[in-house]
Amino acid sequence: MEASYSPTELLACVAARLLEDRKSVFVGTGLPMIAAMLAQRTHAPDLLIIFEAGGIGPQIPVLPISVGDSRTFHKAVAASSMHDVMSISQAGYLDYGFLGAAQIDPFGNINTTVIGEHDHPTVRLPGSGGANDVGSFCHRTIIIMRQDRRKFAAQLDFLTTPGYLTGPGARERAGLPADTGPHRVITQLGVYDFADTTKTMRLLVLHPGVTVDEIQANSSFQIPVAEPLDTSPAPTIEERRILREIDPTGLLIK
Amino acid sequence: MDILQEGHGQLVGWHDPDENRQWVLEHKPRDLADKRMTVAEAVTRFVHDGDFIASGGFGHVRVGMAAIYEIIRQGRRRLIMAGKTAVHDADLLIAAGCVDRVEVAYCFGHELRGLSPASRRMVEAGHCQVIAEISNAGYQWRFMAAAMGLPFIPSRNLLGTDTLAYSSAKVVADPWSGKPICLLPACYPDVAIIHVTRCDRFGNAQIDGTLIEDFELARAARRLILTTEEIVPEEQIRDAPWRTVVPFYLVDAVVETPYGSHPCQMPRRYYFDEEHIREWMHRSATAEGAEAYFQEFVFGVADFDAYLEKIGGLKRLLYLRQVEELRA
Repeated sequence: MEASYSPTELLACVAARLLEDRKSVFVGTGLPMIAAMLAQRTHAPDLLIIFEAGGIGPQIPVLPISVGDSRTFHKAVAASSMHDVMSISQAGYLDYGFLGAAQIDPFGNINTTVIGEHDHPTVRLPGSGGANDVGSFCHRTIIIMRQDRRKFAAQLDFLTTPGYLTGPGARERAGLPADTGPHRVITQLGVYDFADTTKTMRLLVLHPGVTVDEIQANSSFQIPVAEPLDTSPAPTIEERRILREIDPTGLLIK
Repeated sequence: MDILQEGHGQLVGWHDPDENRQWVLEHKPRDLADKRMTVAEAVTRFVHDGDFIASGGFGHVRVGMAAIYEIIRQGRRRLIMAGKTAVHDADLLIAAGCVDRVEVAYCFGHELRGLSPASRRMVEAGHCQVIAEISNAGYQWRFMAAAMGLPFIPSRNLLGTDTLAYSSAKVVADPWSGKPICLLPACYPDVAIIHVTRCDRFGNAQIDGTLIEDFELARAARRLILTTEEIVPEEQIRDAPWRTVVPFYLVDAVVETPYGSHPCQMPRRYYFDEEHIREWMHRSATAEGAEAYFQEFVFGVADFDAYLEKIGGLKRLLYLRQVEELRA
């Protein structure tokens, strides 16, 4: 029997398995870093990892604390600049972008700026950082976040980073690069994709032991269920061992 | 050309390109002059109340902290700060009451370590205003436009979002493709502080590791204070001129500050001082705690050298070097 694993371990493994070998990924702080490192140490040794401060193609020795940390260009092919990595992203070299979010709406639009009114905030969050750029430029964006009724919001307090905006064709009408947008949303409960006809979120995969009712109870908008509905495989002993190797002090992997 | 959309964020740091060319002509001498001075002199001469300031590096990486502490020590007020992934520097300057307005790409957070108690408190209470939003690439390209002497630069980010609505960018139809395109206004900070690995006494500087956006920022800022881990002979720069990221004519002050990024990281030199950053985040949870921190680590020490003694001296700095080198 598989020993019990933590929700964070499951999130990291599910995210890592989505990344393909010999593709490029733009990685943000936190779980996206762990997922990219795990993918690189398992099925995707030639995953090209790119960080916004300029780290390109590193072999990351241990979890970086910041996307500018020197670990993000350890044994890299280049230590470059933000202008360089943002430009190649805009020019189409980035297959995947990996983001976190405080709030998401059915179209995959993200808020990381403010809860409450912009000029009189209830909670002031850090803002876009590179998220708007990653969400605008990468061919496919993957969002990792915790899910509850406030975070899965029918209406965002602030639209920081574009998902599918208001539906099919809206990104292109706004002038964003064609055929880009959110690919998957990964939460502690399941994995979501976006229906082609509506560009709204639907449930694709349930994590072990989670029910469809729990999914709906933790969202303030309706989430249709894909047919057939899959279940995520639990983290393996090997994946869990590597996660501890990546994050030996337990910064994120609890 | 029709403007399709206009952000209503405050436009900061913009100058007509001809006006800025004239400013450069009058204020940026082309002679190789020795620009070495103390951090106190650099801040006195080049950082003024009401200035729009930018700090180089990224988050807690390669930040000119010696100059940041000096701005607090000298009590500058009403500064506008470029929140270009400004983290520890911005948090301290906001908490100390030096900065009261920010244009935000990323601010008020310490990345993985959590949100900034102090600057969030100041913003949520209305003591510090967010005057515009933007993204990291957006800010960096604002500096790029200034570095190129252009009034704006086109980009394909921000489009369709509230980030654009709260920015100072505009949207027009691209005259070639006809598609909507974002125009980012040039941004010339009044003064930038950039911490480098090494430079000569004139300010010809090398940076080990990623440049982040400092190539562009150095060329965009009207005044540039370089703090440096070490000053090296001019020959060392001329022996490898392809390594010069910041040439002397951009630089107004050269300040030698070994370990000058502490508690932030200096790539290939020393790692983040996580204990010290945690201590700041813990103490700054209250206004009184933040004040006590400043009394102890800024006003209570004579200068940055005394600060380094206070945070643990040689033993602590050696440890941080070992962590950076993956040996501890």
